[in-house]
Amino acid sequence: MKFTLSWLRDHLDTDAPLDRILAALNTIGLEVEGVEDRAAALAPFRIAYVVEAVQHPNADRLRALKVDIGDGTIRSVVCGAPNARTGMKAVAALPGSFVPGTGITLKAGEIRGVKSEAMLLSSREMGLGDDHSGIVDLPEDAPVGASYAEWAGMGDPVIEISVTPNRGDALAIRGVARDLAAAGVGTLKPWNPEPVAPAYPTPLEWAIDDPRACIQVLGRAVRGVTNGPSPQWMQDRLTAIGLRPINALVDVTNFFTFDLGRPLHVFDVAKVRGKTLTMRLGREGDEYLALNGKTYRPTPEDIVIADEAGVESLAAIVGGETTGCDAATREVFIECALFDPVRIALTGRRHQVHSDARARNERGLDPAAQRAMLEAATRMVMDLCGGEASTLSEAGAEPAWRREATLRFERIAGLGGSSIAPAKAVASLEALGFGVTARDDASVTVSVPSWRNDVASSRSAYRAGGTELAQEPGLDPARAAAAAEGADAVEAECDLLEEVLRLEGLDAIPSVSLPVASPLPLPALTPRQSRAALARRLLAARGLAEAVTYGFTARATAALFGEVPEALRVENPIAADLDQMRPTPVATLLLAAGRNAARGQADVSLFEIGASYAAPSPEGQLATAAGVRTGRTPRHPLEPSRPVDALDAKGDALAVLLALGVAPAALTVTTDAPGFYHPGRSGVLRSGPKLPLARFGELHPRVLSALGIDGPAVAFEVLLDSIPEPKRRRKAAPDLPAFQPVRRDLAFLVDATVPADNLLRAARGAERALVTEVSLFDRYAGDRLPEGKVSLALEVVLQPRERTLTDAEIEAVIAKVVAAVTKATGATLRG
Amino acid sequence: MADDLDTLRADIEAALAGAADLRALDAVRVAALGKSGQVTGLLKGLGALPPEERRARGAEVNVLKGEVERALETRRATLEAAALDARLAAERLDVSLPPRAAAPAGPEAGSIHPISRTMEELIALFGAMGFAVAEGPDIEGDWHNFSALNIPEHHPARQDHDTFYLTAPEGGRRPVLRTHTSPVQIRTMLAQEPPIRVIVPGRTWRADHDATHSPMFHQVEGLVIGRGIHMGHLKGTLVDFLRAFFGIADLPVRFRASYFPFTEPSMEVDIGWSRRTGELGQGGDWLEILGSGMVHPKVLANAGIDPRAWQGFAFGMGIERITMLKHGIPDLRPFYEADLRWLRHYATSPLSPFTLHDAA
Repeated sequence: MKFTLSWLRDHLDTDAPLDRILAALNTIGLEVEGVEDRAAALAPFRIAYVVEAVQHPNADRLRALKVDIGDGTIRSVVCGAPNARTGMKAVAALPGSFVPGTGITLKAGEIRGVKSEAMLLSSREMGLGDDHSGIVDLPEDAPVGASYAEWAGMGDPVIEISVTPNRGDALAIRGVARDLAAAGVGTLKPWNPEPVAPAYPTPLEWAIDDPRACIQVLGRAVRGVTNGPSPQWMQDRLTAIGLRPINALVDVTNFFTFDLGRPLHVFDVAKVRGKTLTMRLGREGDEYLALNGKTYRPTPEDIVIADEAGVESLAAIVGGETTGCDAATREVFIECALFDPVRIALTGRRHQVHSDARARNERGLDPAAQRAMLEAATRMVMDLCGGEASTLSEAGAEPAWRREATLRFERIAGLGGSSIAPAKAVASLEALGFGVTARDDASVTVSVPSWRNDVASSRSAYRAGGTELAQEPGLDPARAAAAAEGADAVEAECDLLEEVLRLEGLDAIPSVSLPVASPLPLPALTPRQSRAALARRLLAARGLAEAVTYGFTARATAALFGEVPEALRVENPIAADLDQMRPTPVATLLLAAGRNAARGQADVSLFEIGASYAAPSPEGQLATAAGVRTGRTPRHPLEPSRPVDALDAKGDALAVLLALGVAPAALTVTTDAPGFYHPGRSGVLRSGPKLPLARFGELHPRVLSALGIDGPAVAFEVLLDSIPEPKRRRKAAPDLPAFQPVRRDLAFLVDATVPADNLLRAARGAERALVTEVSLFDRYAGDRLPEGKVSLALEVVLQPRERTLTDAEIEAVIAKVVAAVTKATGATLRG
Repeated sequence: MADDLDTLRADIEAALAGAADLRALDAVRVAALGKSGQVTGLLKGLGALPPEERRARGAEVNVLKGEVERALETRRATLEAAALDARLAAERLDVSLPPRAAAPAGPEAGSIHPISRTMEELIALFGAMGFAVAEGPDIEGDWHNFSALNIPEHHPARQDHDTFYLTAPEGGRRPVLRTHTSPVQIRTMLAQEPPIRVIVPGRTWRADHDATHSPMFHQVEGLVIGRGIHMGHLKGTLVDFLRAFFGIADLPVRFRASYFPFTEPSMEVDIGWSRRTGELGQGGDWLEILGSGMVHPKVLANAGIDPRAWQGFAFGMGIERITMLKHGIPDLRPFYEADLRWLRHYATSPLSPFTLHDAA
């Protein structure tokens, strides 16, 4: 909310300088968003009189001036402005002053032999506009020597504060003044509007059709008004805070909105059909043209104001065009109403109207000030537009807003950590308008002022600021009841404590380090969290750069990578390409790889520890360590570059699994990876035959071409949530045999379709007591072999335990190994 | 349509169905639509017809031509897909082969994202103060994200949240992408008995996108529930953390009264910096850095905790924001771009994890 300093001073009697006011606002929770102090930049500039302007002796385009700035010295000034002339009033800057429009600090100088001891300024040089056709030409009555900014009426800083949603009362300049006064910055000026005597019976009556529609409404007409432009002072104020002056009657309503936080509405009586204005809920077919130029169709949940002809406005949100006041208005009817804040908030959301009236109504108005507000508004209308006032029309009643709250002084230290003395606390509350109703050594009970809807709001019948308890339904009933009772007991006290603390300033609370919970801290991470951290380090150590990409992407892109359930579609995406939760981070990582390729970086290795989304539930969010590699491996003189391949991705996935404690012996590979992988060059790493732990492979060419990526590209996904937590048990004693192991290399000829892993498994299983290790060290496929066959070479390690093996024993074991491999895979030993 | 056209169409369709590969398909195309194809011939023959017949016949032949063209295209797509599948099947790789012993590049080429680095630092620093890490889902129900945190449907604070919604299930409420990490406060209080000390680093989402806002970003939440935990502890915790995190022992920290629906009293926290140079710790300006407060009694009660017995504080801050401040990163958007040049510039080595005995 914006206001000017002079406007604030209408309500606040203070000598405090601007800085102190701003500091106080920040301290008490009315955060200063900005201050526009146009006068500050212009402070050094004085109104000057040009005593004489003659041609410069040595320059065609310059003039030599004698200038008086009212300090008794006549200065020589060289000036190039075409409009500089003897006898004019202008604005002068002296050496040392900063000229905002040029960004330079002025120095005295000499131009072609003539001294220049000041500068006369254009509008642009003062930063006040684009006019640079000449120096500013002031009227003859401008006082020489006076501050230009002050003379031009720019000495009134505009302050903008951010008002938190609880503080409806601070959406009024008077409310801000009240808070400042309570914080010790000046005194709040009295405000007691004098009633206006009625001169004729009201031409319109209020009716409340449904108690849900309106709590209380007052209205009053003024006839014989002249609705021209409002006076300059009001236009200046409204303009300063960013409002457009319309006409006097409308300006009065805007003025009240900001000055007193009281939205009003004015009807042109001549345009209202019938004698009754009705507050009711919307009906089927209701429709009206609002003052903002839009047409609204109220729903049965909205409050409308209707005359005989139909809906005139969405109450407390936006008024109607048809009964609005204009220059022809001769009789005006002023509405001052109080609505259910919750209903107003929901209506505003439903119709997406953000108006000053809505902002105040949904936060809550002063429910006790209805009559005073209407009297003040009536008086202002008559002051500005003339005329005479009618009697009051009224419907509904003031809500039961009166309530009390108690603060136990112990809580100031106990919850607030503050050492504010009880007497000081009570004084603060009183300064804010709370009335002490009871006090003893331990506590004070106060009545809550009508404008503070945010304090003890649960106990007010006017629902502003109130929230309902929303307990988890599964709670144990006794526990839930005790907790609810506890909240009811302490909530209002917290409200009071907040008031006491904020007026003193939270900086006054001593900081206390958190006491240790245990002498040494317990582990901060669960084993599951530690594993994600380990996966992150491991993948980065394998040369992948960690990325963080969006969890949503374009629906069409997501569809390339799996199911795109409607339940994971973003209903209100911020951009069309961010409308579906990603089925896997591989999708967004590939997009990132594509962006890098477009920047000339085709060899990309990226990973992300992030979510795959399978369903809109906690279980449907799968923690995934995913990565992509595109392009070729690095070039090196000793190691030729090659395209990345599926085994690179397998290496990444496998490394993560092994690091996270998965036993290699338990892992199997199947070739049924999801459809976005290359069907022949991808696999799923499983624990045992079933549980998938990771997927890897080349990307399907169709996916790559859809994303505009030139291959090769591989990806992997480790399903972190599926990896079982390693059991914590003591390690068995190590196996450290005393005899040297025996190594034998065996080459087999086998069908190319047989997975190499089958041979390894068969060999390992052949003689478990002696065969401790089998590994593949060569794979050959080529012309010298029969069609469809490959040669696979295995190293078999035998570990004797009791004694050294004889050659015959070794041969016997090797024969068993060969037989087992042949039996399992059809492979034959090569000669 | 004339009988001869029906017959021709049936013939062509049969030929298409019989075309087993792209070469056969092309033969069908030439036979039908080529220079001397059957359909082309019919079109050429139109000129010989009397004008009154020509128009009707011409229209029919053109319809046929269109149909044939579409059928050809459909068949071509099918055959191409089949050819690709066959090629891919032929390109089989034995994925049971063991991977190479080493990755194509080592730790010198890899990097840890600055967001992860900051999370690591947060975990180490708060971990030393006895906090554990809690987590929750990105997709939340309305109750966890709003109502349980004392933000009912009608609350003005909801406007500030720019919430993303997912499609509502049949007859149910729309899930939201959590707008803050605060729902994990609720999850934690429901899952464990006080005393509680947790931080919640995680992804958050808001429908806002410009130079200083990203639709997805990260927050860290803190929650402490105990007996006798008061605002002095909240201030002490934050001052201790901020000074350690930024490595400035006398970093000025300012506390301002504020409002959040889920805390009372609430406060915003500023740190001292220079607006002109961006340097932290001096310069006389203030920079808002986080929001905090004592947990609102209704929030405790919503999670079944009696606020007469337990009290505590909560705070939340933007991880990107403190990362940008600490490292002088000027722009938010590159955090999510995965531009390798940016990642290499701001990332940290995987071999130097943050530890408390190193400097922050």
